[in-house]
Amino acid sequence: MTTAITVKDVTIAYRKKPVVQEVSFTVPEGKLVGIMGPNGAGKSTLIKGILGLLPLVSGEVSIYGKPYKSQRKLIGYVPQRESVDWDFPTNALDVVLMGRYGHAGMFRRLRAYDKEFAYACLEKVGMADYAKRQISQLSGGQQQRVFLARALAQDAHVYFMDEPFTGVDAATEKAIVLLLEELKSQGKTVLVVHHDLQTVNEYFDWLLLMNIRKVAFGPTSEVFVPDNLQEAYGGKLLFQKSAAYNAQ
Amino acid sequence: MSHGLWIIITGSLVAASCGFVGCFLILRRMAMLGDAISHAVLPGIVIAFFLSNSTDNVFMLMGATVIGVLTAFFIQTLHTAGVQEDAAIGVVFTSLFAIGVVLVSLFASDIHLDVQHVLYGEIAYVPWDMATLAGVEMPRAVWMISGVFALSLLIVGLFYKELKLVSFDAQMAAAAGIPVVFIHYLLMALVSMNTVAAFESVGAILVVAMLVVPGAAAYLLTDRLGAMLGLSIVFGIVSACAGYIIAVYFDVSISGAMTTSAGLLFMLCFLFSPRYGVVSRVLEQRRLKKAT
Amino acid sequence: MDFLLSVIQDPNARWVIAGCFLLGISSGVLGCFAFLRKQSLMGDVIAHAALPGICLAFMLQGEKNTMLFMLGALGTGLLGTWCVHSIVRHSRIKSDTALGIVLSVFFGFGTVLLTGIAQTGAANQSGLDAFLFGKAASLVQADVSMMATTAGILLVLVLLLFKEFKLLCFDSNFGRGLGFPMGILDAMVMLMIVLTVVIGLQAVGVVLMSAMLIIPPLAARYWTEKLSRMVLISGIFGAISGVFGTIISGFVPKLSTGPVIVLAAAVLFLFSMLAAPRRGLIVRQVERMRVRRRVAEERASREAERARVPYGGAVSKGGDA
Repeated sequence: MTTAITVKDVTIAYRKKPVVQEVSFTVPEGKLVGIMGPNGAGKSTLIKGILGLLPLVSGEVSIYGKPYKSQRKLIGYVPQRESVDWDFPTNALDVVLMGRYGHAGMFRRLRAYDKEFAYACLEKVGMADYAKRQISQLSGGQQQRVFLARALAQDAHVYFMDEPFTGVDAATEKAIVLLLEELKSQGKTVLVVHHDLQTVNEYFDWLLLMNIRKVAFGPTSEVFVPDNLQEAYGGKLLFQKSAAYNAQ
Repeated sequence: MSHGLWIIITGSLVAASCGFVGCFLILRRMAMLGDAISHAVLPGIVIAFFLSNSTDNVFMLMGATVIGVLTAFFIQTLHTAGVQEDAAIGVVFTSLFAIGVVLVSLFASDIHLDVQHVLYGEIAYVPWDMATLAGVEMPRAVWMISGVFALSLLIVGLFYKELKLVSFDAQMAAAAGIPVVFIHYLLMALVSMNTVAAFESVGAILVVAMLVVPGAAAYLLTDRLGAMLGLSIVFGIVSACAGYIIAVYFDVSISGAMTTSAGLLFMLCFLFSPRYGVVSRVLEQRRLKKAT
Repeated sequence: MDFLLSVIQDPNARWVIAGCFLLGISSGVLGCFAFLRKQSLMGDVIAHAALPGICLAFMLQGEKNTMLFMLGALGTGLLGTWCVHSIVRHSRIKSDTALGIVLSVFFGFGTVLLTGIAQTGAANQSGLDAFLFGKAASLVQADVSMMATTAGILLVLVLLLFKEFKLLCFDSNFGRGLGFPMGILDAMVMLMIVLTVVIGLQAVGVVLMSAMLIIPPLAARYWTEKLSRMVLISGIFGAISGVFGTIISGFVPKLSTGPVIVLAAAVLFLFSMLAAPRRGLIVRQVERMRVRRRVAEERASREAERARVPYGGAVSKGGDA
């Protein structure tokens, strides 16, 4: 099995406090990995650190054996929706086209092929009719789908998604899950920061449970157990038991 | 009293009063709103000068204060109408200031203001313009700024809890029943009054400096609001005194020198503050890296 | 009218107007990027920070040398932006406070230098005063050529790197993830904004130059939903303000050009905010009233319907009772 992502002893600090501490794990190719933990556990920070958006105090990251900096073209990123100002003067198609910029390179214009590809990605997420719609007029779920389409347009091998399921309607949630399945069937590797304990088992094959430090990593069935959940979340015994119970 | 002393007193009072009120602007992330008001009161001052022939300062103070509060109101209205905050501030104050400059240029002979004066005031003239109240003779500017300072202290003292909460968490304050809007415009009125009282002596730019710089320096030294307020007054006075000395020695603009001194003071705090300074942070990062 | 004709025919006036035209376009275009990055007020800081640079340049030369002044302005302008970023990055001071600090302290230091120069009795110092509020009339051919070259370079860069700048403004993290050198692009836009400010200083002055970076883009935003069109319209608005403001201020010798240009832009803004076809306030208000009327009409017809069918049952046709 090829290793898609290797994270070794990564530590990220904010001011004086470590927010991610000495986290290590290795993701094999083609897995759908959820990243779970309580609020403030450093999940989002970890993703940003892996992608080089935040400086690492220590540790290293490699994608398919090479440092991530040289593997940009293989990486797709879906940031949190709040990271962007949705009043920006642009439409849905335009946002998806931004996913093609990496392939076009600096100074170059986009080609007709890029436009077609972007359009196809919008279709995949069911947003083809909204291509020319101003993004401020889209609902939360629609905006999330546009972000996903943009990531698809990157045509990557490894995808990082930051809370894609947060604040979306049921239809969008279904659409996202179908998309994840399709990506998996294409052999792509996907890491998803998630927050909903109820759906972990259903959505993800592998799971990283963390709370600043890594609690456990591996196949969901092995990781998503009461002891680990207790260690990561601490305190919410009742809730954890029933979620893990359903997992069994 | 020597002229020099009056100038120092004026400068210190301006710096202390503005620095004190400015702390709340800093905490509420409204420093640029303070900048906006200090520019926008210009047309108000000009019109007041025009109407009252600069003999009745109280009316000028009130009139220009109204303009200052109106400015905050315009900006808020624009913001609510969909304009992003920084652009709303930018549009309103530059337009109003432009109007003010035009008025000053056109009617300079009728009012005793000229365009340069507007920018950096003429604090050197302060001791020449004396006024007697209750048998005490002091420069008019000193009367004004002392009055405004006293009023600022009074209002902040009265509304201390409210100002503190609103600065920290406006939503929670509103939920707790505190009239957030009233407090906001009260602060804007204080800023306007301070601006106007200071304008004639130190001009638009120094007012901004005094509103922001002493408080910012204090912010880097302490975690307690009371201490921050006190320190900002001290820093304001120090900047004013140091500035005067420098200005006399090099024969340069007094208000400019006071501003520069404040800036230097800030830089010292920025670098060497025991808790928040750059030097201590670098040392802390090194300690953290060694531990990992 | 005669005055207007004489203005156009006067070769000096032509340079002045050309200069203000260029300043208007560049500030309109570059201002869009500052606006979209929520950095409109940075332009104000840059302009105020330019003052000490201009004074220092004068102190080196002893007489008016526009090229040197511009370089001085560029130097301290860039220093100012660096200071703002440093303060925010390395302390708990927030960005608005940092802007206020740098703006006032740099300008204050600039006035120290300005008055220091005045003391030396340098009679040519009048060239410096023009930089406070702008004196477009002092523009000569050499100045305008330099403005044209700089503006030309800026516009070409915007054209070449449009999609990169769009990415920078919209989602810079994503851009970095793609591998674009966001840090460099960010610095570039900052540099381009500083250059734009420097171009306009002679005509508009340090105190009001920032208005030209803020008002035309804001006005243009009301007319379109596409970034490319917004940039174009903003440039046009800036140019119109520059030209008209200069001509109008030419009628009154006592007036500096800066405030009049700014007021021209403000008028355009007011007009746009009120009257723009889809986003303007008047149109929106009319729409709102229309919707309200329609809702009222629908409710009225529903009430009428209910009155005819008292118990909500099937409507009886004809005379079945």
